[in-house]
Amino acid sequence: MSALNEFKKGLWAESPVFVLLLGMCPTMATSTTVMNGLGMGIAATFVLLGSNLFVSLLRKVIPDKIRIPCFIVVIATFVTIVDLMMSAYLPDLHKVLGVFVPLIVVNCIILARAEAFAYKNNVLNSVMDGLGMGIGFTLALIILATIREPIATGRILNAPDFGFGGLALFPAKFAAGLISQPVGGFMTLGFVLAAINGLANRKKMRQDAACGCPAPKEV
Amino acid sequence: MKEMMVILLSTILVNNYMLARIMGTCPFIGVSNQFETATGMAAAVIFVMSLASAVTWLVQNYLLNPLNLGFLQTVAFILVIAALVQLIEMIILKMSPSLYRGLGIYLPLITTNCAVLGVAVINIRDGYNFIEAVFSGTGGGIGFALVLIAMAALREKLNTAPVAKSFKGFPLTLIITAQMAMAFLGFSGFNLEKLFGL
Repeated sequence: MSALNEFKKGLWAESPVFVLLLGMCPTMATSTTVMNGLGMGIAATFVLLGSNLFVSLLRKVIPDKIRIPCFIVVIATFVTIVDLMMSAYLPDLHKVLGVFVPLIVVNCIILARAEAFAYKNNVLNSVMDGLGMGIGFTLALIILATIREPIATGRILNAPDFGFGGLALFPAKFAAGLISQPVGGFMTLGFVLAAINGLANRKKMRQDAACGCPAPKEV
Repeated sequence: MKEMMVILLSTILVNNYMLARIMGTCPFIGVSNQFETATGMAAAVIFVMSLASAVTWLVQNYLLNPLNLGFLQTVAFILVIAALVQLIEMIILKMSPSLYRGLGIYLPLITTNCAVLGVAVINIRDGYNFIEAVFSGTGGGIGFALVLIAMAALREKLNTAPVAKSFKGFPLTLIITAQMAMAFLGFSGFNLEKLFGL
């Protein structure tokens, strides 16, 4: 059952974005709409799965001293595959994500999992770990995007690649476009992390009820 | 020369890599908690970004394009950057051990700084020539350094401030970054071409 645990830990307990605090740049830059976040998440999951699989398969062949360049070549190969596939089949999404597709190479999550996990574990566990971490990353992107997209545009689930204009939640004249800018990315992630900390603190406080300190400020 | 000044100012202020494009968050958050380490990292980033812009431009235009290997861009660039960083590290170690002690530990970290690969890809995508690419890389580095040092100075003061428990550290840093980004949005109203009479 350990393979299942490797899968589950990435989803929330060791969520790469909210707990390990890795891969911040694509998280904030591409979570402008749910569709963009989902696209970025799936692309990164694919790369993570491929790199974990191959690093784990080759872990006995790769010399210890040059392992980082080897990992980078494996990762860059999968990123190139994703880049070409996306520009062929989802051109609108590819245009919106832009430079962040080749930048998956330097997404710390992928190199960190190759180094910390896949290089030391067997193939099954590595694949499960890659899948779990990838889905955890996608989940984090979707959470941020579900907050940002409605505030910025007044609609949700806008998907031009599939010819779907999204569901209107409120008139666009009340929307705050700033939230889809980088400003909104920094701010949303900051408040979401503070909220997660707040919930964790409160849980801890409830556990040791003897503590008389004041409740942490909620967001 | 005026065009170069426009590129330089626009990459430092208007299209700041950290605040307007969100590239390089990890080193930004990671080393901005101490003023001294932040200045060391800032110097290393300026150096590597300008050099990487020059080298990747040459690789793209004299190696990949003539051989029709454009699809290898990502693989080629990241390897060039990784090799370049290693090389710089070795050269600095031989030439100036005191500079190495200052910059040395930050250099390996720079390989995974998205801004370095980002500036290389953006130079090619925007069709810059060699000189423009170097200026855009240097400007990007200076812009990153500016924001990093400003943030480090802010965080040193913040360490002694009474802050709500949930916001301590990472969340508050992000929210302050958001406010800096908002301030930098003001620069997007700048008409740089007009300023330099182009």
